[in-house]
Amino acid sequence: MTESRQVVIIGSGPAGLTAAIYAARAQLAPLVIEGEPSSTSDQPGGQLMLTTDVENYPGFVSGIMGPELMSAFREQAARFGADYVTAKASRVDLSRRPFSVWVGDPDAEEPTYSAESLIISTGAQSLMLNVPNEERLVGYGVSTCATCDGFFFRQRDIAVVGGGDSALEEALFLTRFADKVTVIHRRGELRASKVMQQRAFKNDKIEFLWNTSVVDVLGDTTVSGLRVRDNQSEEESDLKVAGLFVAIGHEPNTSLFKGQLEMEENGYLRTFDGTRTNVDGVFACGDVQDHRYRQAVTAAGSGCMAALDAERWLEDQAAAR
Amino acid sequence: MSEKITNLSDASFDEHVKSSDVPVLVDFWAEWCGPCKMIAPVLEEIASEQAGKLGIAKLNIDDNLDITRRFDVMSIPTLILFKDGEPAARIVGAKGKGQLLQELSAHLS
Repeated sequence: MTESRQVVIIGSGPAGLTAAIYAARAQLAPLVIEGEPSSTSDQPGGQLMLTTDVENYPGFVSGIMGPELMSAFREQAARFGADYVTAKASRVDLSRRPFSVWVGDPDAEEPTYSAESLIISTGAQSLMLNVPNEERLVGYGVSTCATCDGFFFRQRDIAVVGGGDSALEEALFLTRFADKVTVIHRRGELRASKVMQQRAFKNDKIEFLWNTSVVDVLGDTTVSGLRVRDNQSEEESDLKVAGLFVAIGHEPNTSLFKGQLEMEENGYLRTFDGTRTNVDGVFACGDVQDHRYRQAVTAAGSGCMAALDAERWLEDQAAAR
Repeated sequence: MSEKITNLSDASFDEHVKSSDVPVLVDFWAEWCGPCKMIAPVLEEIASEQAGKLGIAKLNIDDNLDITRRFDVMSIPTLILFKDGEPAARIVGAKGKGQLLQELSAHLS
């Protein structure tokens, strides 16, 4: 049986859960399709579930752990009547209202939920390098979760690939365990914020390998090294490391909406006039539509906007009837 | 934690998995691992539903490095299914309930 809702929210990071808090307080009894457990950021709570100290979320003077922050968001929305389903949306039909959303079998005849309005906050997830042997060695030296796996690299040498804030955050976190962390970056300078750069440059355990790309991951049963290429001389060499952590950027989780919602060339959802998508009644917030700021606090802010936009839109629909 | 899930240690591990009449799924976890916390309720559900067919146990890797090293665990959560005391299947990384059961189904009768 299809369950009807005024507001369905797909995704449960800072954007989706803030939308849930506002929609719940507006008595719209939102349903949050929160995702499934995973060791990537594609999980309930989103990217912050894989972080440790969040130091830039306002209101927490000495920082807060990412998972703790997200569990507080979730409880806060539940307190005002938000419901959760721990599953992934497998299909949506936005061609007519109410909108249809499936979880589980996408070929099921009846959708699982029908929604008067839909808020999309599916976020973004980390890119992998897509080099040979990388996928095979995930869990055996290649890690998608530094906070989960750093422990296993006590007194070992490891590499972090990337040049942004996330790469340096990971590298700094991993110096708690590893003897040496080599940051491999394809350019000659970092994208990361000045404060992170300063911290990384000051840390004795962090070394930089500039203008370098990883071309292969080496190792039979566990990672034993990386084959890297100097992008200026084109020379290849091997770097002996026991672990590889990749932080080279993100891609939006928008495959569910291909052909139904307008997207930017890079796959992020396009929004107009606040959080509206090109489909009337469908709103988008958080990293799924933001490739510029990508902060927990901006995601939360846009989640609030989406809930207010959806509330207003539902009122207008009711008034027009 | 429910009483259906056994807490193992380096000392109790061998006897527990070897003496079990049913396969035992061991969850290698730690307090500081977010995805480990996410799958804890899933394992509780599976433990109730599969009671008598599958045993579920947890091993805290912080406190039990010997067993963690013996099975080359390098990422958590790692779930290892032991049949007659021997590892028969290994699942690395957190998964939803449906996918976990699917990956385990081939090994459970």
